[in-house]
Amino acid sequence: MPKFTLNGEAREVNVPGANPLLWVLRESLGLTGTKFGCGIGQCGACTVLVDGDPVLSCLVLGRACAGKRVDTIEGMADGNGLHPLQQAFADLSAAQCGYCTPAFLLTAVVLLKENDRPSRPEIVAALSGVLCRCTGYLKIYEAVERAAAVMRGEKVTPLEEILDGI
Amino acid sequence: MGSDRAHDLRIVGTSQVMVDAVSKVTGKTVFADDLQLPQMLYGKLLRSTEPHARIRKLNVSKAVAAPGVKAVITGADLPIPFGILPVSQDEHVLCPEVVRFVGDPVAAVAATSEDAAFEALNLIAVDYEPLEPIPSIDTALESDKPQLHDYADDGNIHKLINLEFGDVEEGFADAHHVREDVFFFQGNTHLAMEQHSATADWSADGRLTLWSATQTPHYVHRAVAKVLELEPSRIRVIACHNGGAFGGKSDPFSHEIAAAKLAMLTGRPVKITLTREEVFYCHRGRHPVLMWAKTGVDESGKILAMHFKTCLDGGAYGSYGVASTYYTGALQTVTYEVERYKFQGARVFTNKPPCGPKRGHGTPQPRFALEVQLDKIAEDIGVDPVDLRRNHLQPPNSVTANWLKIGTIGLGECIDAVVEGAGWKEKFKKLPFGKGVGIACSSYICGAGLPIYWNDMPQSGVQLKCDRGGGVTIFCGSIDIGQGSDSILAYITAEILGIDPIDVRVVTADTDLTPVDLGSYSSRVTLMTGNAAVQAAEKVRDIIAFHAAKKLETEPDKVRFADRSVLAADDPDQRIAFAEAVQLAEAAQGTVGSIGWYKPEKSPGRYRGAGVGPSPAYSYSAAIAAVDVDPETGIVTVPKIWIAHDIGQSINPMTVIGQVEGSVYMGLGEALMEEMVYRSNRNVVHKFPSMLEYKSPTTHEMCEIETFLVGDPDPNGPFGAKEAGQGPLLPVMPAVANAVYDAVGVRVDEVPITPEKVFKGLRSKDHRVGPKSFPDIPWPEPLCIPTPAEGGDGKALRVETAAKA
Repeated sequence: MPKFTLNGEAREVNVPGANPLLWVLRESLGLTGTKFGCGIGQCGACTVLVDGDPVLSCLVLGRACAGKRVDTIEGMADGNGLHPLQQAFADLSAAQCGYCTPAFLLTAVVLLKENDRPSRPEIVAALSGVLCRCTGYLKIYEAVERAAAVMRGEKVTPLEEILDGI
Repeated sequence: MGSDRAHDLRIVGTSQVMVDAVSKVTGKTVFADDLQLPQMLYGKLLRSTEPHARIRKLNVSKAVAAPGVKAVITGADLPIPFGILPVSQDEHVLCPEVVRFVGDPVAAVAATSEDAAFEALNLIAVDYEPLEPIPSIDTALESDKPQLHDYADDGNIHKLINLEFGDVEEGFADAHHVREDVFFFQGNTHLAMEQHSATADWSADGRLTLWSATQTPHYVHRAVAKVLELEPSRIRVIACHNGGAFGGKSDPFSHEIAAAKLAMLTGRPVKITLTREEVFYCHRGRHPVLMWAKTGVDESGKILAMHFKTCLDGGAYGSYGVASTYYTGALQTVTYEVERYKFQGARVFTNKPPCGPKRGHGTPQPRFALEVQLDKIAEDIGVDPVDLRRNHLQPPNSVTANWLKIGTIGLGECIDAVVEGAGWKEKFKKLPFGKGVGIACSSYICGAGLPIYWNDMPQSGVQLKCDRGGGVTIFCGSIDIGQGSDSILAYITAEILGIDPIDVRVVTADTDLTPVDLGSYSSRVTLMTGNAAVQAAEKVRDIIAFHAAKKLETEPDKVRFADRSVLAADDPDQRIAFAEAVQLAEAAQGTVGSIGWYKPEKSPGRYRGAGVGPSPAYSYSAAIAAVDVDPETGIVTVPKIWIAHDIGQSINPMTVIGQVEGSVYMGLGEALMEEMVYRSNRNVVHKFPSMLEYKSPTTHEMCEIETFLVGDPDPNGPFGAKEAGQGPLLPVMPAVANAVYDAVGVRVDEVPITPEKVFKGLRSKDHRVGPKSFPDIPWPEPLCIPTPAEGGDGKALRVETAAKA
């Protein structure tokens, strides 16, 4: 994996041949936002984007990404401005422990790029490769729908008006 | 408790962003495995490949000489045993002589890379002398001589309990209808997305720092001190944010203490992160429980007597098992009135990974049995299962037959909410074959009444310090495992001091910096740390009010706190900034700070075993599940669950609903698919130690949920709050089982309710699938405790008196 583009920046990393992308990101580059959940492609926690597609970084060799564009959670926010998906996940507490959150966010980015008004079944299908043990997924769906609305320029209910006073 | 100065709540009860939400959505939260220290070594544990064996020889010489290896340790290096409960100190960091399950650690290596450490494990030669393994409850009961541990109550029976609250036989004789059923609840595991990880650092000054993914830093602190024979003052345990835990990170673990020992030996930081496979071996999850229930009711379904027997498959070590065993009998009495109650519980040792506490700790299994049996009784006597429950609720502010003191009960409203929400009356027994609805209720504790080791100190302490700039720091030993406990501390502090949650810095889970909180288990944190925070914040508020009153030309008790200001209640234009008020107080009397603490009141129960079950408050839930059952395949799908939860008062309704939904999700997994299963008797190795084969619900299996929150503020909760993290899981499994019966007339008296079982039930004569019998167990003489209705005093009768009576 001599050269690739990481979160928009050209990077060069010298890594052992058989090192999967997950370890390149976490160990060689110190980008720990991408998570290890199983290491064998079963849980989806290590999802990153390679050339814009969701990929399980524990199953892809780092060197296979040479010349490609890799996007991780660290590159999702624009400076300090959260991506609408990140804002919606924060607003609706769609991140509880937060361990699977980067994987869901990156997967959802791709979904909303391809479909700016996904139906609930489309969201369910798109996110089905990532496991979450905290939320039961529902707040994640709602957050994706909320972010989609924001990205379409629609108004959403302010947080303080949701579920007030129970 | 709660806040004594009533004013409009600005924060409590409103949806707030969690204080660490932005860190989480940007991937910045530092989990234990994210830590990297200079010169850090990587550790690995060698785990037993035998379910039960004596270690004849253990040769580490090749591993010691391997490239990159800096240290290798074995059982001989750490001879002192440990365990979470004082009564079962039966674990070793590395087994010195005997291994008791496939996955039991026998040696540990520290090397310059994870790969080098892993390679070194392959060079360790272990010569095992196989011993007869005990794979099941039945085999454990066959032999009366101890095979796993010498300290068991009887043979391989770790713990035996026999408690009788009133004469149940008399109750059965008076009953209109009595039925007996046998149930089985299969074991399952937490499957937190984050695997366990710990990093230890031994400083040149002789101090140990241990970062770990743990729910209980205080208990880890104690275990590390004991095993390493270090002064506790030289050990600092820092719990990192847990990437999910659900009870699975509540024990002190071998890898934590091994990392510490390896760091001390090498003088370099050592990190040990478990693989997913190892997490399955650490387990401490839901006990498999075989249950026998006999219940007698009058014509209306009121429970006159209940006799309940449980047998838990404990796995290889004690863990929380004694408490788990008591919990399988403790909470059967807190939902519906039970006049007389007898509980017999046993836990056996088997050569499998140890079971312990998982979300609901010991109570989902008996709750499943009770709620399914009540469904059967309702049908037997021709009463709607809703009415049977709704008409016989335990009254609020009462004491149960087994001496648990109950405060508020919102269960009636919970039942009403789901019955109306789900359209129960139009659906129950009225849907076409293959579709059904089922109802179940439950209750859970808001914190265990007693700490794990006997002491008179608070269960939770906080310190609070005000900064001249208007910031407030709250220090507390509690640990945020994703449930939002850090946020709760910030909201409560901000509410009382009239500032914003962003003004509150929360420092938690660091044994050097924070006062002890016992940990994130037993749904105790919101209630206990919340009450401690209320107390600390009110003390600081009173100090500031005293000094600000002079400036505001009013009386201290007429000073209000709001909008980052301190103002005169009678004349809100008279106000100063909160920061200025802090400065006035500091100028007058020095640093402005306080402490707050919480300890539950004593429970009225005074018998041996009365320590498990008491709680400052009980939460209540009711659920209705809708199911579709395919009669051809037996496949059960759950399109929707309606759930109502008695939260007392939401501190943050958004996160409460998050906890409720997460509980329903996890309950759905237990109901339909999750199970810990082991290979043939000889090997007793975990069948599926992977996230693919251990089935858990993906987005495709997740159902729709409609949540109703019932507010019935409990005087013992902060602002009236009760727990939300565990209770709502409990009604899900029995509600699904009852719905399956409504759909196709098949009783699956065990979980998970797999397609095979439903398929079998549809084609069997009695349309029932489940265990046939409960084994004979050598119960000890019962402790006889007269109920409150019988004029008891909470104590057991002395044996000779009991015999006469």
